Order: sequence, then structure tokens, then C-alpha cells
Amino acid sequence: MGTITVTIDGQQVEVDQQATLLDAANKVDIEIPTLCYHPDLTLHGSCRICVVEDAESGNLLASCATPVTDGMKIKTITDKVIEARKMNLELLLSDHPNDCMTCEADGACDLQELVYEYDVSEPSFGLMEEGKFEVKNENPFIEFDSNKCILCGKCVRVDNEVQCSGAIDFIERGFSSKVAVPFDQDLGADFSSCVFCGQCVEMCPTGALTYKPAKGQGREYELEKVETTCPYCGVGCQIELQVKDNKIVQVGSIYDEDHPNPVGETCVKGRFAYDFVDHPERLTKPLIKKDGEFEEVSWDEALDYTAQKLGKIKEEDGGEAIAGLTSARCSNEENYIFQKFMRGALGTNSVDHCARL
Amino acid sequence: MAGLAASFGSGAMTNSIGEVEKADAIFVTGSNTTEAHPVIGSMIKKAARNGANLVVADPREIELSKEADLAVQQKPGTDIALLNGLMHVIIKEGLHDEEYIKNRTEGFEAVKETLEEYTPEKVEEITGVKAEDIVELAKLYASADTAAIYYSMGMTQHKSGTDNVLTVANLAMLTGNVGKEGGGVNPLRGQNNVQGACDLGGLATVYPGYQAVEDPEAKAKFEKAWGVDELNPNNGLTVVEMVNAAGEGDVKGLYVLGENPMISDPDQHHVEEALKATEFLIVQDIFLTETAELADVVFPAACFAEKDGTFTNSERRVQRINKAVEAPGEAKADWKVFCELAKRLGFEMDYDSEAEIMDEIVEVTPIYGGISYDRIANEELQWPCPDKDHPGTKFLHEGEFAHGKGKFHVTKHIAPIESADDEYPYIMMTGRMLYHFHGGSMTRRSAAVDAYESDAYVEINCDDAVKLDIEDGDRVKVTSRRGEVETYARVVDIVQEGEIFMPFHYAESPANRLTNGDELDPKAKIPELKVTAVKVEKV
Repeated sequence: MGTITVTIDGQQVEVDQQATLLDAANKVDIEIPTLCYHPDLTLHGSCRICVVEDAESGNLLASCATPVTDGMKIKTITDKVIEARKMNLELLLSDHPNDCMTCEADGACDLQELVYEYDVSEPSFGLMEEGKFEVKNENPFIEFDSNKCILCGKCVRVDNEVQCSGAIDFIERGFSSKVAVPFDQDLGADFSSCVFCGQCVEMCPTGALTYKPAKGQGREYELEKVETTCPYCGVGCQIELQVKDNKIVQVGSIYDEDHPNPVGETCVKGRFAYDFVDHPERLTKPLIKKDGEFEEVSWDEALDYTAQKLGKIKEEDGGEAIAGLTSARCSNEENYIFQKFMRGALGTNSVDHCARL
Repeated sequence: MAGLAASFGSGAMTNSIGEVEKADAIFVTGSNTTEAHPVIGSMIKKAARNGANLVVADPREIELSKEADLAVQQKPGTDIALLNGLMHVIIKEGLHDEEYIKNRTEGFEAVKETLEEYTPEKVEEITGVKAEDIVELAKLYASADTAAIYYSMGMTQHKSGTDNVLTVANLAMLTGNVGKEGGGVNPLRGQNNVQGACDLGGLATVYPGYQAVEDPEAKAKFEKAWGVDELNPNNGLTVVEMVNAAGEGDVKGLYVLGENPMISDPDQHHVEEALKATEFLIVQDIFLTETAELADVVFPAACFAEKDGTFTNSERRVQRINKAVEAPGEAKADWKVFCELAKRLGFEMDYDSEAEIMDEIVEVTPIYGGISYDRIANEELQWPCPDKDHPGTKFLHEGEFAHGKGKFHVTKHIAPIESADDEYPYIMMTGRMLYHFHGGSMTRRSAAVDAYESDAYVEINCDDAVKLDIEDGDRVKVTSRRGEVETYARVVDIVQEGEIFMPFHYAESPANRLTNGDELDPKAKIPELKVTAVKVEKV
């Protein structure tokens, strides 16, 4: 594939023929704001926040959707560009509620950030006065508030192109346009093919799609983020546990082309089945059964008792009278130490696990 | 895994998950991928939409069946007949890869001879799949340049499980699809770290890295590494065998770590009796599971979010888990408990961290030889990764199989242990559904998923439902030779007449109270969980 050279803000950049202006700018770390663009999804070109100016013609071009041509000269920050971006934000705000204080996405909202950055404090066309769409939230996973939707379509694309569920799409026209499930029902309703992978929520640049279980549990900037591996099936999805006050508040996506889930994919279990971690029924102390009833004991007592029992069986009946089920749920290190303990300390090879079940 | 190890010399997914998009044909059989491995399920859908031939053979009409170029529904327990039928057609049509068979494999002639009798017409009689569909499916798979097979427990949880896998391996070798990018034979692992538990010696016959316990050299190596005078030279008992032995008093001490055999093992009444009869039962878990209730001692464990370590995924990739929250109360990381017990038994095991354990693993486990926490912080490594300069292995058996030549094995259709009769006229399959996981101890305690899918159910074909006067949502009783379970009916058209499907996650309606644990697959010791004769009645 041939390369061509374009000039962006005075810098010459050599890029592939197929590149867009946004790709070229990214290559030299020139930042251009976007709302509807995502590198893993097809181009949409709807939000027009990424407009830049062609230095020769003075035309405004959506940088995410405009292919480079040889010798092109582009300016990413001019009065005209800034004016256009502001106007686009004002138009978006005219159909968006002004409830950032209570919005779940506060601090994690791309629209809020751009409005702040471009100082659109008094939008010319006002703000949405009254919600025109019903909030859909009967399912236990995802709240869908179309009033906050800017129709960027990232949710629709990730659903159709990555998750391949075909659960949501645009309906209606003009100011009635919205993203919806069939028959405008709730996600997961009778005719919905939604499987609650949560990838639409991850993609949403505003508070239109939010996680229900995380509601009121903490702001984005309060959450500590820890990368880890999902504990469910064998795909090994890389996920981000978002934690506040020793509690997992939500599970976020990680986008990395080298991961087994390169586009931040998870299923409903990886995304939502984490509250077993701080469930009140978690075991917190060792237990010994005495006269048929469990009694909480100290670690020393439980360990001494167990070691003495195992030692006695080994001495009287040999190591082969002891067997252990190790666990496909536990780590490599733990599996290694368990079988070393069974084989080395107790003298038995009867170590197995549920790979067969 | 016994099957793949016999065919290829290594029992693991041959290729990588990301290679789904590089296959020209994808054959999914015995895996309800969109529910059990949803992220791979989506990738397969995407590949099919981008033009790959997708073919599905599953007794149920699963979600992928609807995406497929061709989907067939074989009767449960007839996989060998179906696969042999496909190979019969492939050879007849000349779609096999003679060059590959000649250069890279052995044992083909005997298989070829056996295949002669598996004509599409005969296979239709056994499997219920139309002869013309068998021909078509064979062509869709074998005419592709690169074809991948994905399977899971639908293939292995049979009396003939090992032979099923050997037959899958035969099919892939026949078409020259093992040892190339985008192809291969890919068993999808059902749990986060089944692969790692197998890799690191959680099997009765091998030390870490699949080094046989009956091999005197391996034994000597581990005696030296662990400072033990004499390790046990004999193979141990496998899961179902050890539970049986515990019930009979041959095993007196049983240590169960993070497993719930009361829900996940076949024939619940039998498991319960065996565990109750066990002289000394230790359970280490995060909850007081149905199994832990029967224990003499229970140790509270830390869960995945409360400790550091690594899991190895289905494609042999060693990945980190990182501590995010503190464990509740006095719960400890599992390895610390074993070290404390070992010390009290006079066997010194002392580690400061998980990283230090990994350093020891690497010393004694050649396939993990090049792995370290420092490396996997920046690199994606899949075993075999024999040394610290090795980049890991994305797909296995390139150029040569792990044990030299790929081995064809003769396999023949074997009828399942149980078949439908007048008293038990339905065949029950068990399996997973999207919202819950295995024994359910985690997902049943996760509010959102349990609110959405709170009740156990059985899928019944709509025509059978009419016969039995059952409507969707009715309470029904399902009875096998081993017990009975009450649950809700879901009247569907995705199971065939005469067959029912029950997920096994629900303790209140445990599918495994009905399943058969008596007769195991002779090699892999897997119970036949996919074929149980039952009767169904409205309550």
C-alpha cells in the first residue's frame, strides 16, 4: 500500500492511502475531539465535533470520515473550527437535559467535558426543558435514558458489529429519533435479543446508557481501577474492576488488540456477576464441625486439627487413603502448591479437578 | 483432553481465540458457544457474517445454528457416527489432503477402512440427520482452505467421550487443518482456569507440565526439586473415582478446594452418601456450599478479586489476576493454607509471594519455562514458552506434531448407556445457560443476574408438551433411575421431540440428581452427563 503526505497544523505526516485525517492527526499526537468515532467500529461521521479546516478551500471536514489526499493542508484549530464545534455542541445541548449534578455519567461524560472545554455556558438554543422519552429500566442491568442520547450510534454499532446481537437500532425520524429495541420495549424484554454484555454502556459518551447496579455507588473519578482476568469461563477476558471503599462498583472494558477480548468484550457474567464478592454469606472464619454443628474457630485450631487428622490417616492407612480435588477456579500458583502439598507432604497422587464435568 | 493428547501429543486448544476471524470454515459441535463462551460466540457470528462457512452440529437448535450456512441436529450420543459419516463423504469426494496425511500423520489406512461402512444413509439412521445434509456439511467444512473445529463438553461428556475427541481429531487431520493459523481443533474450556489446573499437576496421572507420575525420571526430578525422599510412584484416583472411594472407605481423608461436587457431579444422591460417609472431609471455599455443609473442617478462602496470581485461559495464555479488594474477615488466599498445613506435617513450603511460586513453577514445568510476572506484565504469552527469549506459541503443531506424527485412531459408533424406553421415554441433556455458572455459588449470589434468571427450568419440545399437557411455565417433575427433580417447563422448539435440556446451575432443582455416574468413559473417566433417560410429568 502506498503512502501519501499531508500537512497538519504545519507538520508533515506520512500516512497510508486509506488513512483518514483523524488517523493522520493521531499519528503526530494532535488531539481532535470526537463523539461518534471509535477505532474498533465502522465510521459514522454524525456528530461533526471532529471538524477541521482545509487550509486551501476553507471548507470544514469531518476528520474521522475524510480520507487523506496527497498534499492536503489541514488546520485543526482555527476560529472557524472552534465556532463550528461550539455550534454543534449548542445544537446537541438544545436537545439534552441539564442535570449533570445528578447524572450517573458526571465526570465520565464526553459531552460534559467538551461543553466545559469549549465553554458553552449559555447555549444559544437553550436546553431540553422536559424529558420527551420514557426512561427504560425494568431490567436489572442497564438503564436507558434516550433523553440524554446524542445519537452518535456507537452503541448500535458495537451491538451489531462486535457483539453481533442485533438488539438495538435507530427508530423514528427527526427530533423523535432514538435508539431502541424492537417495539420500543425495555432491553431484555420479550422480543429483545439483548444479552446484557454491557458493551453499549462502555461506548456511550453520555449518561444515556448506564449500569443500574452501579447507580449512586460512586463517581468515575472516585473509583480505583484494577485490571484483572474474568473469573468465569475459559476465554480469559481482561476486565477492569472499578472499586470504591473496598467494594467492586462496576466492571469496565479494556481495549487492547493483543487481548483475547480485543474490543473490551465481556458477557453478562463478567460484566454484572461480581456482587458475590462482598455477599454477606462469604465465609470469614475457619469452621470445625463439633457434634454435628459448625463452630467458628481460630486459624491455629483449625490448621492444627486438620494437620493432626491428615497425619494420622497417612500414618495408619498410607498417603493413598487421602485424595484432593483441586480447583479450576483457583490460580495457577494455588493449583501448583496444592498438588505439591498432596504429593509431597501427604504422598498421594489422587489430585484431580472438575475438568471432566 | 486424553483424546487430543493421543492424536496430537498435546491436550489443549491448538489455535488462538483471535484466529476465529482467519478461518474460511468454522465447524461448531457440542458447544453452545454464545451461552457458554459468549465472547467467542460473538466472534464466530462475526466471522460467519464476514463470509466464513459456519456449520453447526448440535442436538439443540442453538443460537449459532440460526447464523449457520447449515445446522444439523444429531441425536444425543451419536457424534462418532456423524463425524465418521462426514469423513466418508470427504474421502469419496476427494476433499481430503493426501499430501498432509502422507507426510504428517500415521494410521490413516485403518481409519479409511472403517469409514467405508459409514455411508450417509447409514449415518442418517443412527443420527437422525438427513443424508443430503451430511454430504453438504462435509463439503462446507472440507472445501475451505482453512477450517477450524470448536467443541466443548457436548463432545466429551459421553461414555464415548475420548473416542468422540479422537474422531474430531481424525476429521481435522484428514483435511490437513491442524498446525496452521486459523484452523485446528479447539476445545473450549468451561472454567477460567481449567487449563492452568491441568497444566500445573491438578491431574491424578501427571506432575506439572504433563510429566507422568509413573515415569521414574519425572518422579526423580520432582523428588529432587521438592526435597522429598520418595514420591508416590502410582497414578492416583480421578474425580468421580475418588468420591466413590471416599464413600467406600478406601479414601479416608478428602480435601475439596473450591469445588461443589454436590451440584456439579453426576448422581447427587450417591455423591451425598459418599461425602457423608467420608471419614474426614475438608472443604476450602468462599461460601458454605452444599458440599461444605457436609465437611468436618471448612477453611474460608479469598476470591479472585482479593489476591494476586495467574490464570491460564483456553488458548494456553498465562494472564494475571490482581488484588482489587481485601478479603472478608479472616479469609486467606488458598496457597497460604496449604503452606501452613504442610509446615505442620513437617514438609517445608515457604513463599513470600505468588511471583515466587511462579518462579518455582517455571523451574520444573518446561512448557512454562519462559514465563514470569515481569514478562506477562508487558507481553502476551501462550505456552509452550520454554525459555525467557521465547515469544510463546499462538498455534500448535506447525510443521510437526508435539509427538512427531499425528495419529489417526479407529473409532466406531457406541450407543449411549441409557436409551429411551417405555418407563423413561425422554433423553435429557444437561448444560449451561448464559446467566449462571457451574454450581451457581457465585452467580446465584449476584443480585442482577439472579434477578433476571431466578428460576430453574427444563426445555421441552412443543409437540411433547402438547402430548404431556404441559404449558410454558408449568411445574413439572423429571424422574430418572436415580432420582427426581421438580422445575419449571419452558416449551420451546429448539430441542427435538423426545429430548429435553436442563441447565445444572440450580441447587433447588439439581439436574445432577438425575444423571448417571456409574459408567465412565474408560480413558478420560468422564461421566455421561449428556444422555440420561427420564420421564416428564406435569405436577
